[in-house]
Amino acid sequence: MNRFLNDPDTFVKESLEGLAAAHGKVLRVHQDPLYVHRVDSPVSGKVGILSGGGSGHEPLHAGFVGRGMLDAACPGEIFTSPTPDQIVEAAKAIDGGNGILFIVKNYSGDIMNFEMAADLVRAEGLRVQTVVVDDDVAVKDSTYTQGRRGTGTTVAIEKICGSAAEAGYDLPNIGALGRRVNLHGRSIGLALSSCSPPATGRPMFALSEKEVEFGIGIHGEPGVERVSAVSSDEMVSRLVESLLADQDYTRKSHAWDDGSESRVEVEETDQAIGEGDRVLALVSGMGATPLAELYIVYRALAEHCVGAGIRIERNLVGNLVTSLDMRGVLITLVKLDEEMLGLWDAPVRTAALQWG
Amino acid sequence: MLCRDQVEAWIRAFAGAIADQKEYLTQLDTAIGDADHGTNLDRGFRKVLERLDDWRQGGIGKLLQEVGMTLIATVGGASGPLYGTFFVRAAAAAGSGESLIDAEAAEMFSQGVDGVAQRGRAELGDKTMVDVLVPARDAWMAATKEGTSLAEAVERAVGVAAEARDATGPMLARRGRASYLGERSRGHIDPGAASAHLMLQSLMLTIEREDS
Repeated sequence: MNRFLNDPDTFVKESLEGLAAAHGKVLRVHQDPLYVHRVDSPVSGKVGILSGGGSGHEPLHAGFVGRGMLDAACPGEIFTSPTPDQIVEAAKAIDGGNGILFIVKNYSGDIMNFEMAADLVRAEGLRVQTVVVDDDVAVKDSTYTQGRRGTGTTVAIEKICGSAAEAGYDLPNIGALGRRVNLHGRSIGLALSSCSPPATGRPMFALSEKEVEFGIGIHGEPGVERVSAVSSDEMVSRLVESLLADQDYTRKSHAWDDGSESRVEVEETDQAIGEGDRVLALVSGMGATPLAELYIVYRALAEHCVGAGIRIERNLVGNLVTSLDMRGVLITLVKLDEEMLGLWDAPVRTAALQWG
Repeated sequence: MLCRDQVEAWIRAFAGAIADQKEYLTQLDTAIGDADHGTNLDRGFRKVLERLDDWRQGGIGKLLQEVGMTLIATVGGASGPLYGTFFVRAAAAAGSGESLIDAEAAEMFSQGVDGVAQRGRAELGDKTMVDVLVPARDAWMAATKEGTSLAEAVERAVGVAAEARDATGPMLARRGRASYLGERSRGHIDPGAASAHLMLQSLMLTIEREDS
């Protein structure tokens, strides 16, 4: 299949140059090292919000740079985490004097590169806190694995923490808020086709018309299970049921402790989503899913939530967290409280999201 | 004895092996990862090769430190921090000298391996490069204690590494992206284990070339 690709080696760079050309009032792209930052950064006195990860998930993260969301995004190569030098330089560029929050999706590469960057930034006297996103319920046996992956809840954390920073929250409070949103968020995805990275141009796995991959990640990797294709409503039922059936989840992570100046193991537990909960619902296409199909998914999701006594307070339907040209969907539910709802509604001006 | 020129030749040989095996490593990573292990390492090592001549001044430690920092800044993903940390930690153990006696060479390698295990928080049996590096290190150390030559010690380490690489095939992945596949990760060799074997094999070939 033909694509809009000049050279795989400059794919990420050229795409970001186009983003900057289209949204020059919102963001700038810095080269060597590569990062995207708010046009008016650093914002004095405000906690800086920095995220990043492999490219190929657009609009995540660069499309969310702007007032009310991220101060900087560090894009890596396709599906490859950014390197510490990118993160360090971006952090210094957006430092408004009140510390930096790193929002990191739970993949081994991202964790390692952001930890190395945090150590280097701290050595330069900046304060850093990290929120690790791990919301993908497809990963079950997390005791002996890397743990759950970070997917759709990342968007909610970037928006809510970004708006909290605009509202003047300090670093410890924004860090705590971001971790709370993560504990309240759950996601699951399904693929109808694989995706083809620019470097190889070949699909990462083969799927027949009769099969779908259930419990996919966002890097074109296969899911936890290959199942027979059924009707759209049945596929959505299966996704929503696995989200709601997911019980309390406990994870261990390594968080920086300012007191001891070292990483300590922390254990956090979230509670299942169920009757009486108010939620933010995200239906994200995986890159090549028509919007019309996403609304067919949302229709079924909304019906399910009514049936389960869950109230969808806010929603977003569209390409939010993608996997290049994959056909598929990612469903995310985030339990909302009043504080989170207010911050979600606060004004935002980014390439991908604008309201208020 | 391992001298600075041999270390540089080892780096060149490893970079060459990565370039030659790029497709193979990426193919392994397509099965249980995200299809970029070969491409990412090759990007980093091409940058290392570009800069090697700039690092002529200074001992083994300086050379290894620059290799590590270059990999950290150019590879990304998990393999960037892991291989980067290997060389940075090996650099610290190697110090500023122009050569290492056999026991120091083994210690240099061993410190690098410890760095990888700590950075990735991986344990034996997790189906990662640690499953190759740790037993290979142990074989190298044991051989050195017996008083074998450096060439013999590294050769034994490579033999152990090849077996250990193949032994990652049936393992269930517990770290990295392959861990999300659960049972489906079985039956595929870990790409990091394969590149770790190449690193040792490159060292063996470099030392043998010197001897012959």
